[in-house]
Order: sequence, then structure tokens, then C-alpha cells
Amino acid sequence: MTGSNSLYQEVILDHNRKPRNYGTLEQVSHHANGHNPLCGDHLSLALNLDGERIAAIAFEGESCAICKASASMMTTNVKGKTRQEAETLVQEFRDMATGQLDTAKQAHHLGRLTVFAGVRDLPTRVKCAILPWHTLHAALHSVADTSTESESDPMHAPIGDA
Amino acid sequence: MNMNMNQTALKSHPQSAFDPASIRADFPILALRPNGKPLVYLDNAASSQMPQQVIDRLVRYQTSEHANIHRAVHTLSEIATAEYEEARRKLARFINAREEREVIFTSGTTDAINLAMHGFGRKFIGAGDEIILTTLEHHSNIVPWQMLAEEKGAKIRVVPINDAGELLIDEYEGLFSERTRLVGVTHVSNALGSVNPVKRMIAFAHARGVPVLVDGAQAAPHMQVDVQDLDCDFYAFSGHKLCGPTGIGVLYGKAAQLERMQPYKGGGDMILSVTFEKTTYNVIPQKFEAGTPPIAAAIGLGAAVDYLSAIGIDTIAAHEHALLAYAAAKLARMPGVRLIGTAADKAAVLSFALEGVHPHDVGTLLNQDGIAVRTGHHCAQPVMQRFKVPATTRASFAFYNTLAEVDALAAGIANVQKVFR
Repeated sequence: MTGSNSLYQEVILDHNRKPRNYGTLEQVSHHANGHNPLCGDHLSLALNLDGERIAAIAFEGESCAICKASASMMTTNVKGKTRQEAETLVQEFRDMATGQLDTAKQAHHLGRLTVFAGVRDLPTRVKCAILPWHTLHAALHSVADTSTESESDPMHAPIGDA
Repeated sequence: MNMNMNQTALKSHPQSAFDPASIRADFPILALRPNGKPLVYLDNAASSQMPQQVIDRLVRYQTSEHANIHRAVHTLSEIATAEYEEARRKLARFINAREEREVIFTSGTTDAINLAMHGFGRKFIGAGDEIILTTLEHHSNIVPWQMLAEEKGAKIRVVPINDAGELLIDEYEGLFSERTRLVGVTHVSNALGSVNPVKRMIAFAHARGVPVLVDGAQAAPHMQVDVQDLDCDFYAFSGHKLCGPTGIGVLYGKAAQLERMQPYKGGGDMILSVTFEKTTYNVIPQKFEAGTPPIAAAIGLGAAVDYLSAIGIDTIAAHEHALLAYAAAKLARMPGVRLIGTAADKAAVLSFALEGVHPHDVGTLLNQDGIAVRTGHHCAQPVMQRFKVPATTRASFAFYNTLAEVDALAAGIANVQKVFR
């Protein structure tokens, strides 16, 4: 139950208030829309790849602070990285958020993204943090639309909504 | 429990003659301290808490009365059967049903509505027929009828609401046609708290020969329900929102309606005789209670309505109204707070939006202060679409909530705004 205390740290609130790389790109090689129908979060992600390298990235959308800050920090972290390096971060971020990667004990490349580790204690908020990464994965695989509730979603799991 | 609560002279606040302090000790869970803070439980529209009296009744049943019902001749079975049927009598009295056999035990409101859909809808609603529902319905009073409409080729007509979250009654009356076969309406909106004028709506429908199902899940805990006065054909509600256990609910149906309906589930107890050539169904209510029912839960629900009746539903309604009025006035004065659902007649639910803060962030931060609220679409997406919000934060009250807890909610909201400043 300590997750929420550590989750709303200043770095997350700052990225929510002033999201980086927010908007659209003039040249787009890859894009995808991410949607969480359970809470209405949606974001649109655009990338421009120069060969294997992410030369430019931008996002926009409506979401909770956790999702928006996650998207903002994701863009600053993957810009300039190769497709493979970005995919590694997608995997490590997912593993951290779902409690399969203990960032204190295991090697990783997440850097400051570990501020999101607290979501592992808040099962209903895990998808908020993961949605941007999920959308990045879809964009890199040229899947135009993805949803946290789609069958192909590796995070697919019911969240109560009574 | 203090049986003299109606006469309690203690007055914690001029707006409320009932002092919740006199009964809070009945609810062990209210003493919890999640995240190190006193629990402020404001998610009663999702599920209410259980008093020790009901917990004790469940323990007594399991400890000394349990056996299967309506079957064996041994003593325990006779006791269990008598207590189960006594619970049915208590529920019948609670909603003022004319006869006990008009009370069908179900697993909850959703199951009760599905029973009505299968038993009544599939038999009496066909291609081209119309079902009138309202924008305020919970998904559980939408989806079963959509499934029926798809199966039969029937149509669903929807009563719109105004900006306050009140049904537009003129529009409702205009939706009737010669093909209207059923009206499904919620007594109280779970997302907004609006109390709908169901008695008037039922009279209008009956004048055109159309039966009416009322979803009472959010009404039964908060107001006196009199199914004879309403004259509804069906009334569905859940035990766990009434301080009872989960897994139990009621479908009230007029005997004449229930008798002409087809069974919902097949199995033991719902038959009089079975051969492979022909099965003769049992009479109501057994016709609709196939298999071993949740006996303990039904008896627990009986104890819960005893508990509520001892306090007095009118006393409960008056206290909750005072809480709601106090909370609505307090939140309306806070900058950046927008109340969603401002119907003139409301019960126990306060939905709101905070400018610039997503409801899920509100819920997570309030939880940090020990405050349990619901965030999301409340299984009422058409209502969210009407107000053009993806979700709201919902505080919902029970009689054990206090004005001090409303103050804690307001302080929690102010803290959320500070964090997001």
C-alpha cells in the first residue's frame, strides 16, 4: 500500500504538467493510437525513423497523469535510440510495472523511468503506465491501433468495473 | 444494536437527527486504518459494509443450522428451510410485497434482471417489438435487453436526460408506440444519484398496457420501497448494497407476471416431476430457484433488513440526505470542482470532476488518505458520454457515514489539487 506514496513524485507531476515531445511530427514513418477503454485514456504516437534509429518522436492525447508522464518520459528516453534499444526498454518497463523486474536488484536500462516502479503495488493503475510503451511497440511493428483490452495485448487482464 | 435508535436524542448536527456514532461500532471494518489513516468509506454505491449482527447471523447459521433446504426430513434441513423461508418473508415485508412467493432469490440485481429478460422477455418480446430504457441505466439494465433485442429483432428506445441528470418525462411519454412491450428504468441512478419519478412512469406505462421493471439496486438501501404503491411489475435489488452478503439479491415480480413467465434456469427444486418425456415445473417462487440457493446469504440478507428496519429506513434516508446536502454544498464552493448530476431529487451519490486532474489520479491520491471512493465510468458509459467525461470520481454515502467524513473528503480533494497545482 506504499505505492501511491512514491508514485506521485515531482518528476512525474512535472512531466504531466509540461509533457515533453507533445504534439505532432511533420515527417512520420511509424505511428499508432493507444486506447484504454476502461478509463478512456487514449494517446496518439508518431515516430520518424532514420534507418534503425528513432530520429523524432511525438505524442498527444487525453489521459491520467501517470499515463501522460509515462508517455512524456518514454519519448525523451527513446529519442535517438535504435529500434532494438527501444524494444528492450518496452520489455523492461513492462516487467518493472508488473513486478517481474526488481530494478533494485536486477540489471536494466531504465534510468529515471524507475520512478514508475510504484505502480506494481496498484494493479488498477499498471495499464495507465504501460499504455504509452504498448503503443510504441505497436508503432514499431506498424500496427495502427492498439488497446489495453485487445486479445494481442500481453497485459490483457480484466479489471473490475462494477 | 441499540434498539432505541429512533428515539436517540443525540444530535451531532442540526441537519440530522440521527447520530451515526451510535451504530458505527456495529461495523468492525470501519475501524480499519488503510495506509495508516482512519478508513473513510465512501464507496457504498458499489457495496456497503456489514454490521456484526449480520456477521453473527451468518456464523450462527453455518455453526448450528446448515443443511440443504426443501429436501430432507431431518431436523437440520427443516431448520435451514424454515430460516430460508423466513428470510423470504422478511424481504417481502421490507418492500411491502403482497405475497411472499413474489420474492425470488437471485444472486444479485444483474441476475434478477437476467431472470426477467429470459423469463419474461424471451417469451413475450418478439421481432419489431420495442423496449424502453433510459440513459441513466447501469450496464446491467442495458446489456441483457440488447442481447434479447439482437436475438429477437426487437428495438431499444432510450429516454434522454437533461444537463442536471434528470429524465425528460415528456420524451419518455413520446417513446411509446403500439409495439412497446416493456419499460426498464432505474429507481436511482448509480452514477449520478438522480431519483427517477418511477411511480408516475409506471402509471403512464400501465395506462398503455406496458409492464415495468425497476432496477432498485441503488434505491433499496436509501429509501422506503413499496412495490404495491409503485405498482411495478418487477423490482430488482442486491443484498450486498443493503449491508448483507454478496451473492444474494431479489427479483420481486407480481405473482400474475411470474406465473406466466418461463423458467430461467433448469434443475433441481424448480420442478414438480421429471421424466424424460415431460417435466412439470414447480410453482413460484421455486420455479425460478433451480439448484441449491445461497441459503446462508439469504438468511444473512434477512438479518440485514432487520437491522436496517430497526434503525428505520426513513431515519437512514434523512441522515443520508443531510450528508449529501452538506457534501454537495461544500464541494460546490471549492474552485475547480464540477458536480456531475445535480438533479432536484437525489439519493446518496455525489459524482464530480476536478479541473485538470483525471479521476484515476484523484482516486489513487484519496486512497493515500484512507478515503475510498469509486473512479471510472461506474458501468454507466451512456451517462459519461452524455456529460462528455471519460469518468468521474464518485463519493457515495451510507447511514454510518458522518459529516466529519465529508470534511475529510473535502480536505482530501484540496490535497489532490495542491499536488497537481
